[in-house]
Amino acid sequence: MILTDDEKRVLDGSEGEARAHAMDLIIRYGKALGAERLVDTNSVCGGFVGALPGRRDVIPAEIKDDMEAVYSLLNLDSDKKLEIPQVKAMTYRLIDAMDPDKWQIQRVSEETKKISEDVGNFCSQIGVNRCNTCTPYQVGVVPVFGEHCAWMESSAVIYINSVIGARSNVEGAHSAAAAALTGKTPYWGYHTPEGRRGTHHIRVEKVPETMLDWGLLGYWIGEHVQDRVPVLTGIDHPANPNHYKHFGASAASAGGVEMFHIVGQTPEAPTYEKAFGGRALEGEFVYGAAQREEAFGYFSTATDTKVDFVKIGCPHASLEQVREVATLLDGKTLNPSTDLWVFTPRQIKAIADRQGYTATIEKAGAQVMSDSCAALSKVYPEGVKVAATDSAKQAHYMPAILKFQTWLGTTQQCVDAAITGEWRGGLT
Amino acid sequence: MSTVTLKGRPVVDGVAEGEALVTKDTISGFGGINNATGEITEVRHELRGQSFAGKVLVFPGAKGSSGWASHFQTARLNGVAPIAMIFKYTTTKMALGAVIVRAPAVTDLDQDPLDVIKTGDWVKVDGNTGVVEVTPKAERA
Repeated sequence: MILTDDEKRVLDGSEGEARAHAMDLIIRYGKALGAERLVDTNSVCGGFVGALPGRRDVIPAEIKDDMEAVYSLLNLDSDKKLEIPQVKAMTYRLIDAMDPDKWQIQRVSEETKKISEDVGNFCSQIGVNRCNTCTPYQVGVVPVFGEHCAWMESSAVIYINSVIGARSNVEGAHSAAAAALTGKTPYWGYHTPEGRRGTHHIRVEKVPETMLDWGLLGYWIGEHVQDRVPVLTGIDHPANPNHYKHFGASAASAGGVEMFHIVGQTPEAPTYEKAFGGRALEGEFVYGAAQREEAFGYFSTATDTKVDFVKIGCPHASLEQVREVATLLDGKTLNPSTDLWVFTPRQIKAIADRQGYTATIEKAGAQVMSDSCAALSKVYPEGVKVAATDSAKQAHYMPAILKFQTWLGTTQQCVDAAITGEWRGGLT
Repeated sequence: MSTVTLKGRPVVDGVAEGEALVTKDTISGFGGINNATGEITEVRHELRGQSFAGKVLVFPGAKGSSGWASHFQTARLNGVAPIAMIFKYTTTKMALGAVIVRAPAVTDLDQDPLDVIKTGDWVKVDGNTGVVEVTPKAERA
């Protein structure tokens, strides 16, 4: 790999042991990828956790209360405690283990709460901005076209690559943390112009309209193209940001798609030819009514129609989605044995509070939560057996991680289930 | 001895040898493995219930959540990671995961490792040179 003099100096320890370790990790990672060089980045999103269930159990007892040692191990893979300096790149944190205002309702233990607070405070100390959302792009962390980024969270990466035209691979915890300390990431994959070009053509004949439609389209494409780059034609009107958010999250969770093009809509696909940029076509599919039904069929695993829990906001809900839930719940009361939790970024919740959306939702007996996620933070009401969600991504993860029978439907069907306690949804 | 030699691209330094565990299915970190035992847990996976602990893991590559490397780091800290890895498809998850597992790893081999190597074969992985030596199970008896 070709290194600049500055990169070599950092590697040699001119900026301290932690940055040298991080540079070494980025270089080993770049070599493993087959990258020829690194590229500068000033936009990093990562997990920076220690508190999420499953991960905290592995922290050796002797370093459990030493956040610097925990950070060194879990985020930089260093056996030795490093003195962690301020991050060099602007860095943002993704989902946390709990909502600090709702942790008791979320049934978070005192121990998890303490770890979450300690890790969070440590993040602030070193300059990691605690957005605590899977959608930093909804709360002001918006890269510009062509900007090199090092983001984790597949649903966020596919969004900034495809909708904005920023350039990021899907990073892991350690490569994001090392990028934060060095301001470097391997120049490989979606950082290169050729890595961004289309590989598969999807001729869309059943044009998506609802959020559910976009989720199903994304899931079907993910199943069929895996981690390649789909190019969609046939969608002749601009989607709104919620649709792109839902579509991308689905495609990423079903197959590992990190970038898509919609001809005539997304910035690197003004034409079919430009979207492919001369790259060989690897496959072509038609998405019609039958494929939409097939995609819905992937989720038809729940059998019990008595719904205990409704989760809205995967990825974290936009203001428009929170408003929709408030409208649907206005003047209604939830079924006494069904809970409805809406997850949204803290900043959006602040506006929802001011607008009165939160009050309307809470008056019905539902909750608006921030900073966390049912599946990732493993927070949910007691005794849930059957859940419903309007997100294909959440419906993908819930049965595997939380072992819930899970119904997928429209937001309206989900809210209806929370009010009646019964699943009456289906593909319409 | 009919040892087969494959040549590929070194991914992670070091040399290790052991028994191969081979699968044609990609492996998921989050929701795909038990990181306390090294067992594959994904419901539709052909290796479900089998553990890669102490094995030379031969597989197409990584899939699923970006937490792949974190889950395999946890497996390593629990002492149940593979001792070497041979994979076909390079992705960020796979590359970072290989670095974090800290076991010798090789990819881009001159023959398809999923065809040449069978579960139970004795495999030596040289992550410095990219050379993989395979002694079929039958030859070892």
